[in-house]
Order: sequence, then C-alpha cells, then structure tokens
Amino acid sequence: MTTGFIKAIISNLLIVEANGPFRQNEICYILDGNKKLMAEVIKADRNKAYIQAFESTRMLKYGTPVEFSGHMLEATLGPGLLSGNYDGLLHNLSAMQTNFIQKGDYPPALDFNKQWNFTPLVREGVRLQAGDWLGEVMENSIIHKIMVPFTLSGFWEVSRIAEGGDYKISDTIAELTDTNGRTVEVTMVQRWPVKKPVTAFLEKFRPGQLMETGIRIIDTMNPILQGGTGFIPGPFGSGKTVLQQSIARQAEADIVIIAACGERANEVVDLFTEFPELDDPWTGRKLIERTIIIANTSNMPVAAREASVYTAMTLGEYYRAMGLKVLLLADSTSRWAQALREMSNRLEELPGQDAFPVDLPSIISNFYARTGLVRLNNGKTGAITFIGTVSPAGGNLKEPVTESTRKATRCFYGLSQQRADSKRYPAIDPIDSYSKYLEYPEYLESMKDKTGENWFEKINELKNILLKGKEAYEQISILGDDGVSIDFHTAYWHAEVVDYVFLQQDAFDEIDARTPMERQKYMVDHLLETLHTPVKFYGFDEVQPFYKKIIDRYKQMNYEAFMSPAFVSYSEEIKKLLASPAAIS
Amino acid sequence: MEPITLFKKKYTRLEKITKATCVVEADNVGYEELAYVAGRPAQVVKIMGNEVTLQVFSGTEGLGTNAEVIFTGRPPVLKVGDDLSGRFLNAYGNPIDYGPEIEGEIREIGGPSVNPVKRKQPSEFIPTGIAGIDLNNTLVTGQKIPFFADPDQPFNEVMSLVALRAKADKIILGGMGLLNDDYLYFRRIFENAGALHRIVCFINTTDDPPVERLLIPDMALTAAEYFAADKGEKVLVLLTDMTLYSDALSIVSNKMDQIPSKDSMPGSLYSDLARIYEKAVQLDNGGSITIIAVTTLSGGDITHAIPDNTGYITEGQLFLRRNTDIGKVIIDPFRSLSRLKNLVIGKKTRSDHAQVMNAAVRLYADAMNARSKQENGFDLTDYDMRTLQYARDYARQILAIDVNIGPDEMLNQTWSLFGKYFSKEEVSIKAEFTDRYWPIKDQ
Repeated sequence: MTTGFIKAIISNLLIVEANGPFRQNEICYILDGNKKLMAEVIKADRNKAYIQAFESTRMLKYGTPVEFSGHMLEATLGPGLLSGNYDGLLHNLSAMQTNFIQKGDYPPALDFNKQWNFTPLVREGVRLQAGDWLGEVMENSIIHKIMVPFTLSGFWEVSRIAEGGDYKISDTIAELTDTNGRTVEVTMVQRWPVKKPVTAFLEKFRPGQLMETGIRIIDTMNPILQGGTGFIPGPFGSGKTVLQQSIARQAEADIVIIAACGERANEVVDLFTEFPELDDPWTGRKLIERTIIIANTSNMPVAAREASVYTAMTLGEYYRAMGLKVLLLADSTSRWAQALREMSNRLEELPGQDAFPVDLPSIISNFYARTGLVRLNNGKTGAITFIGTVSPAGGNLKEPVTESTRKATRCFYGLSQQRADSKRYPAIDPIDSYSKYLEYPEYLESMKDKTGENWFEKINELKNILLKGKEAYEQISILGDDGVSIDFHTAYWHAEVVDYVFLQQDAFDEIDARTPMERQKYMVDHLLETLHTPVKFYGFDEVQPFYKKIIDRYKQMNYEAFMSPAFVSYSEEIKKLLASPAAIS
Repeated sequence: MEPITLFKKKYTRLEKITKATCVVEADNVGYEELAYVAGRPAQVVKIMGNEVTLQVFSGTEGLGTNAEVIFTGRPPVLKVGDDLSGRFLNAYGNPIDYGPEIEGEIREIGGPSVNPVKRKQPSEFIPTGIAGIDLNNTLVTGQKIPFFADPDQPFNEVMSLVALRAKADKIILGGMGLLNDDYLYFRRIFENAGALHRIVCFINTTDDPPVERLLIPDMALTAAEYFAADKGEKVLVLLTDMTLYSDALSIVSNKMDQIPSKDSMPGSLYSDLARIYEKAVQLDNGGSITIIAVTTLSGGDITHAIPDNTGYITEGQLFLRRNTDIGKVIIDPFRSLSRLKNLVIGKKTRSDHAQVMNAAVRLYADAMNARSKQENGFDLTDYDMRTLQYARDYARQILAIDVNIGPDEMLNQTWSLFGKYFSKEEVSIKAEFTDRYWPIKDQ
C-alpha cells in the first residue's frame, strides 16, 4: 500500500509526498493521532499528491503520515438505506454518539447485523449481467431488488442462489461464474465509486409521463416528467426551499432523495422533524419511509459538500436499477459549484468566469446527464427525476452556474424577487419559466386520459392571458388608468385572476398546498369559462372591484375540499356574479 | 492566553513580512496553531514544508526580521466559566474592563459543528414588542438573522432593544470595528437596564487592528456554546458589524495571494460566514443560540457579495428603511423576512396571524403601486386613495421601530385598519377569520 506524509497545508488542501503509485480521486486517510481522517486525491504532480481533506485540518502538521486506500470515494449500497440521514460521504449521522460531529467518526450507512427476508428471483444456470435482479427483500414498503453488482462486466451464470429466508446483508446470497470460469460471491451489499455513472441498463429513452407535484404552476403550466430534469434559480428569500420541500412532500415518486448541499442545518431539521409525521399522499404511509436525506450543511467541510451530490445521484441510480421512480432534489447546486471554486482557487488554477473553474459547464452537464428514464435489461423501466436549486449570486441569472444549468436541463422555474416581495407564492415567474416537455408529443398524448383533448391549447390560452395582462399593465402604467380603453383593464384583471387563483398557492394550507391533477383540470376549465364570459363595464373603475370579488370567491374555493358543499357554493356564487355584474357595489 | 511554555522552541528569524502576515521556518507546527510574534498574537494560516505563514492579528507594523516567534502548541482558546458573566473582553478573551483575569475551563474556539440530527426544530417565539418584527418577521430561538441597514440607520439601537426585550438568559455581544461611541452606548444601555450580569462582550473597536476582528465571532460563539450546551441557557448573540468582519477576511486572503471572486471577496466567503452563522442552534437540553447580526450595506445594495452570501446563509433578514410618510425608520415589510416564522405563527400566536400578516403586506404593496401612479401624475382611483391612507396608518402603528405592543394587540390593530379602509373582499382573508375578527363599524 502506498503511504506518504504531509508536506504542505493550505486550509483543506494538503500536499502529500507519496512513496508509491496513487490514483486520481483515490481516497486516502490522514493519520491524526488515533484518528483517521478521510481525504481525496485531486491532483498528482510527480510523487506529490494534492489531496482535499473532508475534515478540518486544524493542528495537522508537516510530516503527519497518510495512507492511500487504493479505491475511489465509494458508496456502500444495500437494503437499509431508506429513512436514513447521512452526511455527504454516506456516513450515518444518526449513529454518531455526540452532539458535535467529531473528526474521523465514520459510522457506516448500513446495519450489518440486521436480518432481511430474502426471496430469490432466479434459478441456477441463468445468465445475467450487471444490474440484473437476483432476488428481493422488503425495505419499508419498497420491494428492494438484490442485483448483480454494477462493477461486474460481461455475462455471468448463476452457479448458486440462496434459498428464501433471513440473511444479513453480508451473507452470500449467490455465486456467479463467468465464461472463463471465474467465480464471485455476491452479498446484498455492493460498492460503487460515486463519481462514475452507473450504466447497468439497456437504454435511455425520452420521458413522456407527468410527475405530478400538486403544484399548479408546475403540473399544468410547466410540467416536469418522470425522468426529467428541472432547476429552480432564485435570489435568497424567493422561496426556493419551501418550494422544493413542497415537491419533496407531494411528488409522485417511489423514492425521494434529498441532498441538502451546503445549505442551512435548520432546513434539514425541518425534514427530520416533519417527515416522520407527514403522510405520503400517494400511499398513505409516512413520508420518511420513502425518503433518504443526505445532509451536508453549510458548516460541514466543503470538500464533502462536493461529494454529497454525487453520493445522492449514486443512490438514485441504485434504486432506479430496481425499476423504481426516484425523485432527486439538490439544494443547492450553487454551493457545490462554490466548493469546486474554493478548491480550484487553492490549486492556483487559472480562473474562469467569476473565478469558477473553467470546466464548470461540463461538470454540471455530465452530472445532469446521469438522470433520466431507462429501460432495464429485463424490459422494466426506472427513472431519476432531478430538480436542483441554484442560488445565483446577487440574483443575477446570467452568472455561470445558472447559465450552465440552463443548458443541461429541460424545465426552468425561475423565482422572481418581485413576486416574492409581493408575497405571490410560489414565486415562479409565469412568463419567463418554461418546460420543454410541453413540446413532447409523447407527453401530450399521455395526458389525454387525465385532462381531455385540448389540454395544450388551454395551457397556451392561460399563458396568453398572462402575457396580455402584462402588456396591458405596462400600457396602463405609461398612459394612466383613463388613458387606455376598458379592454386593457379587463385584460390586466383577467391575468390577475389567473395569477391569484391558479398560479398562487398556499404551501402552508392543508388543502391548497396540494392540488391533484383532476382538480387542476377542473379549475382550468372553470377559470377559462369565467374569463370567456363577457362582462359589460361602464367605466374602468368598475373593473377592479368586480374581479377582486371574483378572486376572493375563487380563493375561498381553493381553501375548501374539492367538490365539498362549501366549494360548490363558492363556485355558484361566481356564476351568479358573472350573470349580474351590475349587482356589484 | 498567557502561557508561554519554556519547552517550546523559539525562532528569531522572519523570512518574509507582508502587511498582515509573516513567514518563519519552523518544525512541528500545527495548522491554525496560535503563536506570538514579538509578543503579538498570530495564527498559522499556511504550512509549506518547514515554511510557516503566520497571520499577525495586530498587524506587522514595526516588526523586525529578527522578531522572536513562539508557538503555543494549540489553536486560539477561550477560558469559559460563570466568570464570563458581566465582563468586557477583547478579541483574545482578555479583560478590558480592568476586572480580574477570567478563570475557567480552556476551550478551543471555532470548534466542531453540531450534528444536524441532534438539533431540535426551533419552536420558541421571541417577542420583541416591535410589531414590524413580531407581526411580519417573527423571530424564533435558534434562529440566525441579520439587520441589513445603511451605516446611517439606527441598527445598533434596534438591536439592543431586541436584545433586552428578548428575555434571554445571556446576551453575548461581538463587536467588530465598533465605533468607540457605539461601544460605550451598548455598555450604558446594558447598565441602565440592570442587565450587566447576563451580558458578555467581546469588543474590537475601530481603534483596534482590523485583522483581530476575525477572532471575535468565534470567541463570542464559543462562550455562547458554553452557556447553551453546558448550562442549557437561552443565549442571544449579537454580531455587529459582519461587513467589517468580511472586509478583514478579504484583507487576509489578498495578502495570501488568493484569487478574489465577486467584489474582491475571497471565494470561500460563503463557507466562512456559514461557519459562524450555523452556530445558531436549538439543542435538546433546552439551551439555544440565537444570532442577531448587522450587515451594513452601501447604498442599500443587497447584490454585493457580503449581503448576498449572508442572505443565503441566514434565516431571513430585517431591513431598516426611512419612511418619509411618517418621518420614522420602519422595518421594511417587503425585503424583510423571517424564514422560521412559520414555526411559531398561528401556533404560539393567534391562528389568524399568518393571514392577517399577508393581507396587510399585500395591501401595503397596493399602496406602493398607487404611490408610483401618483408620482407619475396619474389620477388615483378611490381604492388607490384608501390604500395610501391605510399605508400611512400601517407604517405608524405597526412598522415603525418605536412601536412596543403585544402580539394580540398588533393583530387587533391591523384588523381595525382593515375595517377602517377596506371591504372584506378587498382584504380577502379566509371567511373563518373574517367572521370572527372583522371590526364592527361605529356608524
């Protein structure tokens, strides 16, 4: 094994003189007294290894010994990951004893003593390849497939498979033999280097099915699909985290992986506290049962922050290979980019724009490319839907992280400071935001059962109303209330109705927080019918009071259970108002 | 921080000297170790073989190349204990109030972070009496929140008001680049309130060297962790002014030839600030650390790297703004935000709180639109006129920083403003609340 000693320390960058070969991205351990601190090789220069420490380097010294491990940063994959809380390197935070995180305390993610009831899915003699299913265990309510390790290449014959029964994850459950007669023993645990994509599937294909979030401005106006990618850029205080947490709670997914990457610890505490209490709207079970939290908060070491998004992606790929729909949320990818910048800076690399490393765009696009919808070798499908938040410096959407992410994703949910300031939540800008998936014929075809024939036309009409409203508002601002015809006021208020009633949604109200697709469709039809009804006004000052009344009734409707008596009665009030606008005082 | 052991090797040759750092050839030196260069405290910031770069906190003016360097064998420390109560200390934790030396247990400053799974969700409402905070931007124990204010605004006054009304067990003031007058102001306010016994102050004034400021937050928070984690107390930490702290960071990074990122701040500014602010915590023993900081802006610009990074770290921000309508400073309802408010509003306060808060701000936004119409010379509608009248009353009764009323009273006053100027539809609040609280008009 290669060893070495520390020659230089600049914050968390260390230069180590090695006595033998070492690999780029190899994990090594700094021997600090009786503790072993993890670090990763990020550059080699002759016999000098530049390593980034995943820990504070306080009181390390020139000459401190270092051991190289021979492997890259790996995730240990197996049953028992669900409902867990891990740091960016997949150490089990819940298993740490002390209140304060101690250096070198690395409890493993998996419980090696727990028994799992294994059911084999294959017979001896079957030929398999990496990612194929050998058997299954129940993990919470998820059927967890035990697979041929991703690291095995080529075809392997099952020479022995364990009978159904209780096993520990480290027990051998199968023996595989390749064409050269080489035999490997397979357990329920496998390891995978997180920075490499898992490619144990047949093919990737275009997404076509909606991933319902219950958030109207997303599902109807800018849908994200199973296996799709989206991002949420927004200045601080525009509601990124609340929005992402709503998505985490409500989305139609088998598994939700949340990577809290360099963000506030209290936000992670919200998840720890609330998810065991809240119900998954799709299964009625507790949310925590389908959730994995990777918490590398902003005060935890910077290098581990970079690793955390890769760890989360690897877990996603692992569950996708079981034929599951995985939703991966990362808050915030900007912190990851900043971690790259800090390191690049310490390595004294020539900086790109805003001092970010020049290869930032390719790092981001390679990362996003690991998501998607795949067909497995057995014909089943699995998906990773990815939504990342971006925290643009100074709220400027032209900065490198936002720009690079825009190129790598299909949905753009731009949060607007102006909307946040006027408390119009979710503050997704209805004009600038987009979903490229609206142009996918597969998607529109798939929606016919749920939303009827001309769904796309209806969405377009809503978008047009908003655009016209914006133009009308600009005209009114330039020419004054009485400088424009009443039509401008009507156009403006039509847009306000759509905005207040449909786009804005109260994430803290039990009913309004989540609108199922059926209700969204009903509301779209209801709204369009209202806005299609001609109303005669005799002066511009009649327009606002009338539509304020309409908005108020609709908002009350949003707070009531779908089709409840109160809901229906507000709906009827709206019809009455439209029939006799003169009755408005 | 006195012990200079006889066993430690002395060095008497500096290889390099810059304005803030010096380089010495030395063995067996730890990263971040504390040293003394000609008696001046310094810290190891870089090790390159046996070349050790030291950041000299008080500056390198007059330092000779033959200056004596002594290493202490440990990072900077603070002595913690009940002795700290009521004391005024400098950036090294040494008394500046002519009192006795602090006795207590020696703790490293800037220690490890709390494991996120061991944190508790903050849930205790901190009433301040300032309605612009309590109603719209409710504070919670364990929160971290800065005031964003231009240098001419009375942030220190508001902060001291909040501190004294917050019913904290301990108030720890970290003053960085504090004007001497402001230091004396804090001292007098705490004395007059009879609160000295529950105060600890770490003070770096403009008279002191700027790089020393870098120690202040860690000192203050190490003391805070002692009282919160060891003693289970509710601790409020005041940090003013974090902009001057960040400036000191950029001085050091500049002297170390680091590539600057936005606004000539170091690329690690986010992590540097997060390390401090994330010390805010609610612990399971009932102890908590709440951080209220000040970030001064230049001309209200929040896109500058310091407020921008701060905003992404802290749980909201409180904006001070002069309102010309009423001639007073108000808590700006648009740009201010308390991210943790939803943990207490409607739970520790009345159930109509959230809806009243949002409706009031929305109507205030309508008033601002009416104002800009008016400024552009357009006619105002009847509704516009009413919003403008409402805005004036709302600013005076709720937003102004000199308001001091209880949480129910501020809701009642807002309802009465709604009733005075608007119809129920215009306010558009859930019927359940309007039925219960809509004021009955006199006429």
